Amino acid sequence: MALLKFTSNGIYCEQGDFYIDPWRPVERAVITHAHSDHARWGMKSYLAHPITAAMMRHRIGQNISVDEVSYNNTTFINGVKISLHPAGHIPGSSQVRVEFGGEVWVAAGDYKLDVDGISEPFDPVKCHAFITESTFGLPIYEWKQPAILNQEINDWWDINARAKKTSIIYCYSLGKAQRILNALGDQGKVFVHGAVHQSNEVLASCGLALRESIYLDKNVAPKELEGAMILAPPSTQGSAWTAKFKNLAEANASGWMTLRGARRRMNVEKGLVISDHADWNSLITAVKSTGAEKVIVTHGYTDVFAKYLSENGWNAITEKTEFGEEEV
Amino acid sequence: MKRFVQLYRDLESTTKTNTRIQFLAKYFEESSDEDKLWAIALLTDKRPPKPLQSGVLKAIAAEAAMLSSWLFDETYLVVGDLSETISLLVKQEYEIEDFSLAHWMTEISNLKKKDEEIRIAYVLNAWKGMDVDTKFIFNKLIGGGFRMGVSQQLILKALAIHTNIPQEVLAHRLMGKWSPNDTDFQQLVRSEDQRNDAVPYPFYLAYALEGEVSDLGSLEDWVIEKKWDGIRGQIIKRNGEVFIWSRGEELMTEKIPELHFLKNVEKDFVIDGEIICHDGKEVMPFANLQTRIGRKNLTKKALETSPIAFITYDLLELNGADLRETSLEKRRLELSLLTSEINSEKLILSEEINANSWSEIIEIRSTSRQLKCEGLMLKRRSSAYKVGRKKGDWWKWKLDAMTIDAVMIYAMKGHGRRANLYTDFTFAIWHEGNLLPFTKAYSGLTDAEMKEVDAFVKKNTIDKFGPVRSVIPTLVFEIAFEGIQLSSRHKSGIALRFPRIHRWRKDKLANEANTKEDLLALLNQINPS
Repeated sequence: MALLKFTSNGIYCEQGDFYIDPWRPVERAVITHAHSDHARWGMKSYLAHPITAAMMRHRIGQNISVDEVSYNNTTFINGVKISLHPAGHIPGSSQVRVEFGGEVWVAAGDYKLDVDGISEPFDPVKCHAFITESTFGLPIYEWKQPAILNQEINDWWDINARAKKTSIIYCYSLGKAQRILNALGDQGKVFVHGAVHQSNEVLASCGLALRESIYLDKNVAPKELEGAMILAPPSTQGSAWTAKFKNLAEANASGWMTLRGARRRMNVEKGLVISDHADWNSLITAVKSTGAEKVIVTHGYTDVFAKYLSENGWNAITEKTEFGEEEV
Repeated sequence: MKRFVQLYRDLESTTKTNTRIQFLAKYFEESSDEDKLWAIALLTDKRPPKPLQSGVLKAIAAEAAMLSSWLFDETYLVVGDLSETISLLVKQEYEIEDFSLAHWMTEISNLKKKDEEIRIAYVLNAWKGMDVDTKFIFNKLIGGGFRMGVSQQLILKALAIHTNIPQEVLAHRLMGKWSPNDTDFQQLVRSEDQRNDAVPYPFYLAYALEGEVSDLGSLEDWVIEKKWDGIRGQIIKRNGEVFIWSRGEELMTEKIPELHFLKNVEKDFVIDGEIICHDGKEVMPFANLQTRIGRKNLTKKALETSPIAFITYDLLELNGADLRETSLEKRRLELSLLTSEINSEKLILSEEINANSWSEIIEIRSTSRQLKCEGLMLKRRSSAYKVGRKKGDWWKWKLDAMTIDAVMIYAMKGHGRRANLYTDFTFAIWHEGNLLPFTKAYSGLTDAEMKEVDAFVKKNTIDKFGPVRSVIPTLVFEIAFEGIQLSSRHKSGIALRFPRIHRWRKDKLANEANTKEDLLALLNQINPS
């Protein structure tokens, strides 16, 4: 019995008449996390974790209708049992567990197994069928331990600060930016771009403890930036906003920085291989830990990962989604 | 090898030429003579033979990484570089000693005498003892092209800073056959040998014409010549020896025996001109020159089917006297005297085009393709022979490229900077209601466009054949190219010279692309039958 189907509107539960992360406007949407390719505008009603709900109100509109459900609490839609479980991707990110007639399906959304210090860590959920992403579903993708990465960021900042340079890390404004912010030591001031600043405010209002940072507006004197750190979204690289700052040392924080080609395309002096997605080994570990017999692989290196799973005894198929296009 | 790996990291961290030169100079400053010698050898493409073929490398790497061969291959397709793929897939298990670059290279050079089993064991042991970057560099040392994105010029500039020896002198000292196994650094860069006679003059290069040709003033003040599509070169004949340099400062003497007779000419001289293929009647297409020069070994057949000649543009030195400061008019006169004195069909004087008005010149330029040249050169009669690219006295005035609108039908992932993005495309034109593939092209898109097309390919894939995806024929691109020829090797029957994407025609639908008839019409314009 297929509890979740892939339709032109999104991942659909016929029995409960709701969608998970739909990409077209529908009546009822369950949302895994607040990134814009998963939490889209136009749904009549949403169901999400309180942090995701707060971010959606900020990003989509204050007057959207959202049912807030905390982790591990059960709710029902048309008789289908639903609960949210930590996905470890960003604060509030959830796996959606759907149960009906003794069948359990889990749609993991985006997830990672590494503990990033700001998101509730991934919690494996037993199920019959598991819907997994595969953004980094190739064996070349293997992340270092968060502690080592944090050291790498701080070492790089130290070197730049000693050369009186301003460090700037291009990172996604929701999730990645806060993870890096909390990893930064107290060797200098941290300034944040408006997009990061707004995410910070929403997350702080949800009770998340964030390292101190300063909103980088016009009032900040250039002198103050010497030796400091700036966190800004990737879209600011090469923009007029960034051009104002002199003597910059630039880094890009993304799993894609694993490859030379990608590093050269980004044209930054430092590629920090930091991802909020599962690497190859984590994907396999996650699939194993669910005990699922059926695995549906979505967005990423779907063919490769599904073929690998099939070779190793799983019933794995791929499905097309519209995820993974807006996130860097 | 840590220092050499650091050099690689430094060079990767910036695209600024000057900073890169500084990094190289710093490496030379801080390294032993043995390491410097090997670094120069590697960066100028002088390497020991590969200890293992890439097929073997792939197989042992997949095994060491405990991956099925299909998974290894799929990953390699995404990474686009075998050395890098292996560096990421074979995990470090222990740490081996940090030997010098020279130590590694000597060991690698000695491997060729060993059995394959020993070579395999050596490589596996090295892999498991190295971090990702070191492993990447090691793979480049034992494998194919080692580029680091460093040109010969960059190395020479850095070496000039380090040694205080002028770049041109270093250029010729580093030429020819040498191996780090039979020379040393000081001997290589300091030796004052007879080869000093080989040092060429820096080339004077022209900018593309800006504005209208009539703005250049009186036609009489200008020498107008055909702009040939060959390889710009310099012939040096001094003290009974001949040297032929390309503009890329590559010594090409060995590749062009047709001109070796010049060493018997009594006078000494340095001539600037164009290396081209010439069948005795007319200049042959660039493709002939390309295959002829591209060959490692010069075959009898290549000599017969693609004979080389030299079209002379300018005379820079005569019997030891540097003429570069005298006027072009004077230099050309001396050149024509010298050329007629030598009197060989292999040395062809570039003809001055005589016309009565600029409009006549415009007319002649428009027939460049029929004249087998790529446009015209405009040089001021009174001009000196300058150094490098300078504006004002010399202008090149190339014919605009030919263009055709074509539909993208297949896509493949690129390499290097374009790795992991669908950027290598096959294009088709309409022929009897079907799309006929006729060319591949990849350059010419902005990064933003590349991303957009990549996303399109991923969303609109019809089928996959290995690394190639066929896509729904939707996107139309304007393809620009320099030449067009009939070809029996191509399915379409047509071969293009230097095709590239000129622009994305977002305003056009697939059915509005050009047809084979349109392409043939372009061909007929050049070769009216």
